[in-house]
Amino acid sequence: MLNEVGWLALLIGFGLSLYASGAAAWGGWKGQSRWVASARNAACLVFPVLTVSVLALVAALLRLDFRLAYVADVSSQAMSPFLRATALWGGQQGSILFWGWLMAGFVGAVLVRPWRSDRELFPWVIAIAMLTTAFFVSLAVFITNPFERYWLVPGAQELTRALSAPPGAMPYVPAEGDGLNPLLRHFGMIGHPPTTYLGFTGFVIPYAFAMAALITGKGREDGWIRATRRWTLVAWMFLSVGLILGGRWAYDVLGWGGFWGWDPVENAMLMPWLTGTAFLHSVMITEKRGMLKVWNMILIILTYALSLFGTFITRTGVIGSVHAFAKSALGPAFFIFIGLTFLGSMSLLFRRLPDLRTEHELEGVVSRETAFLLQNLFFLAITFAVFWGTVFPMISELVTGTKITVGPPYFKQVAGPLFFALLVLMGLTPLLAWRRHGLHSLARTAAPIVAVSLVLAAGWAYVHRLHPAAWAALWLVAFAAVAVLAEFVKGVRARMETRREMALIALARLFARNRRRYGGYVVHLGVLMIALAFVGDTYFKQETQGSLQVGEELAIGGYRLVFEDLRTYAGSDGRDIVEARASLYRGSKFVAALAPRRDFFVVQEQPVTVPAVYSTPGEDVYVMLVGWEEIGYGSTTFKIYLNPFINWAWLGGVAIVLGVLLSAFPGSRAYAEVSYELRPRRLDSAEPAGESA
Amino acid sequence: MRRRIWLWVLLPLGLALVLVVAAEAQGEAPTDDQVNAIAKKLYCPVCPNTPLDVCATKACQDWRAQIRDQLAAGWSEPQIIDYFVAQYGERVLAEPERSGFTSLVWILPMIAAGVGLVGFVEVVRQWKRRRAAAGPPSMFAASPAAAVDPETLARIEGELEKMA
Repeated sequence: MLNEVGWLALLIGFGLSLYASGAAAWGGWKGQSRWVASARNAACLVFPVLTVSVLALVAALLRLDFRLAYVADVSSQAMSPFLRATALWGGQQGSILFWGWLMAGFVGAVLVRPWRSDRELFPWVIAIAMLTTAFFVSLAVFITNPFERYWLVPGAQELTRALSAPPGAMPYVPAEGDGLNPLLRHFGMIGHPPTTYLGFTGFVIPYAFAMAALITGKGREDGWIRATRRWTLVAWMFLSVGLILGGRWAYDVLGWGGFWGWDPVENAMLMPWLTGTAFLHSVMITEKRGMLKVWNMILIILTYALSLFGTFITRTGVIGSVHAFAKSALGPAFFIFIGLTFLGSMSLLFRRLPDLRTEHELEGVVSRETAFLLQNLFFLAITFAVFWGTVFPMISELVTGTKITVGPPYFKQVAGPLFFALLVLMGLTPLLAWRRHGLHSLARTAAPIVAVSLVLAAGWAYVHRLHPAAWAALWLVAFAAVAVLAEFVKGVRARMETRREMALIALARLFARNRRRYGGYVVHLGVLMIALAFVGDTYFKQETQGSLQVGEELAIGGYRLVFEDLRTYAGSDGRDIVEARASLYRGSKFVAALAPRRDFFVVQEQPVTVPAVYSTPGEDVYVMLVGWEEIGYGSTTFKIYLNPFINWAWLGGVAIVLGVLLSAFPGSRAYAEVSYELRPRRLDSAEPAGESA
Repeated sequence: MRRRIWLWVLLPLGLALVLVVAAEAQGEAPTDDQVNAIAKKLYCPVCPNTPLDVCATKACQDWRAQIRDQLAAGWSEPQIIDYFVAQYGERVLAEPERSGFTSLVWILPMIAAGVGLVGFVEVVRQWKRRRAAAGPPSMFAASPAAAVDPETLARIEGELEKMA
């Protein structure tokens, strides 16, 4: 009964979203607010209706209603109720429904926001956002329906999935489900899909506003940018968190000692993040200087198309990958939709090109504008390199018939230098003024920062082993970090001097006065922490492997791992566990007892390597059980990674969230608006760096 | 004739050298780390997107054992990698080759970055040129009011008002 309700709600949701899109477009085109109001009501209903559908599916998962094929695929009696509920996004059908539901939620939220000067955009925002929602719901309705059942068709070898009985078929209800893919039973993988999807779907809001602005001919005004700034930031934040949680999951579960493998699915997520980041920066030039209007449009179209492309890659398994668990016939539908979205948006943009002329000119070649433009260029170049490396194996197979692999060495060599160039810009740009900046004064402000960062990097290089590339990488990270911190110091000192405030109060007020700017710097610090983790991963990582008898030891860095014993036992969730016990010593001092494991999930016939990690702020000792002898446990093989700086990646994630929250939610509207305004020139020249004081 | 003598001297010397090297290679069993260093540069030929040094499947364990045997037999790293490419195709290489059709994967991003850079310079130039055409550098400098289009003027006034 509940299943039928869920299915019916899904169907109604599809009808409503399609109607809302059509009615809004009609109302907007003909200028009839009756239709727009009707579309709005329909659009507001989509989210609650889809919520019913989602709840029905969650209820089926919790009750282990194996009549539903989806429940039988991803749930099992051995799973805890919490895991069963999260199985909503553990498989193909549930994920698509979940996607559509989140998107409907975003659209619903944007509809209830106060619409003031941007009222004209309203119908087109509904039309575009609801069209996309309708597309995803239609996938759930027609292609991957989560409410399908299994049927036994006489004479057929395999079970048939269908909503209603094929002729002569018997319903098939398995006694036990397959259960969630064991690799997915981890907090990172429980949090990663929702956050990623929130990021992907969140970008529909700025995209819909941008298209609405183009359609109504309001692209020249920055109304759409201001209206969507926070939505974009929030979407970007979720995407960042999704990336980091995915990295954490890979680190804990996949057992290769790293957090980023340049896997196609990771790349698919990274691409919209890259263009989204470029977009977040380029809109600032538009807001402050009225430049780059066309460019913003291109970036948001790209970001949105790449979000769809990311879902396409993850959900259709078109590029075989360890992450792409889902496989289906979604490909063509997705492909056509992405193509139409991209081409439609671009042709719309092309028609409106004359409207989007720049309002200001460049005054100096050395200025913040050019730095931003260059930064955008680097982001796009990285995006292209990542895109090309991700799709090239497919192209190669299509053209020459040879399968090839494009692995991490490619991405590190091609994208690495560009990322380092971005670090340089990240450090220099806050020092540059809008409009123009003298090279001499830039050199003067940059000199102390360069000096401090050189000393820091030299100190580091002295402590760790010296490798020229590693040293240069560390220096760049240090340079950008010192530059950002110098901004805080400068602001605090200015307040302390002019207003005689205490340092901490000055810092708090600095944030309160210009949350957007200083929140942005906090995000930068977070990104730098992650960059540090990447530098550690690339240049300072050590690994060793060896087979040990009980009592023998394996050494790495300053650590020694002593093998104590090996045991096997049956664990929860239907797994057999082989667990080694070992003691970790630093020099001669005992620091931790470690128990790396290999879990074997019996039903799924899948082994999962569970590393044991001794974690400190500076480095992780990551121990894996690689092999053992079945009889006698005579010789057991361990692999140890020494991962420096890796914890900074997770910490960086926290800093990013904090920074976005700081800059996206100003204390009062007044502050936010002040910070947007162009200021007269003489004030700028009095304080070259910036827009606040 | 003289050349022949050289040959007679060199041949045994060379042979001895080969034997010593081979004996040395055989004398020390290759460590897991040596095996992994090579396996890292290869991808598992069966599992999608998994480097050979971390792949846990039985097949990959066997492949690593094979690398160990080859190392023990005195093979060099390029020889082993070539062997795997010949056996399982180009897809086992973690780093795509820089020749043939595959070189496109390396070349195109560079071309794209180059085109982007040219575009960047061109945009900056255009902006500058428009500025030169628009008049003197400062908006407070004595420029005829008529040179500023009415829309911009209205915008500036609006902003000044808001600031007050």
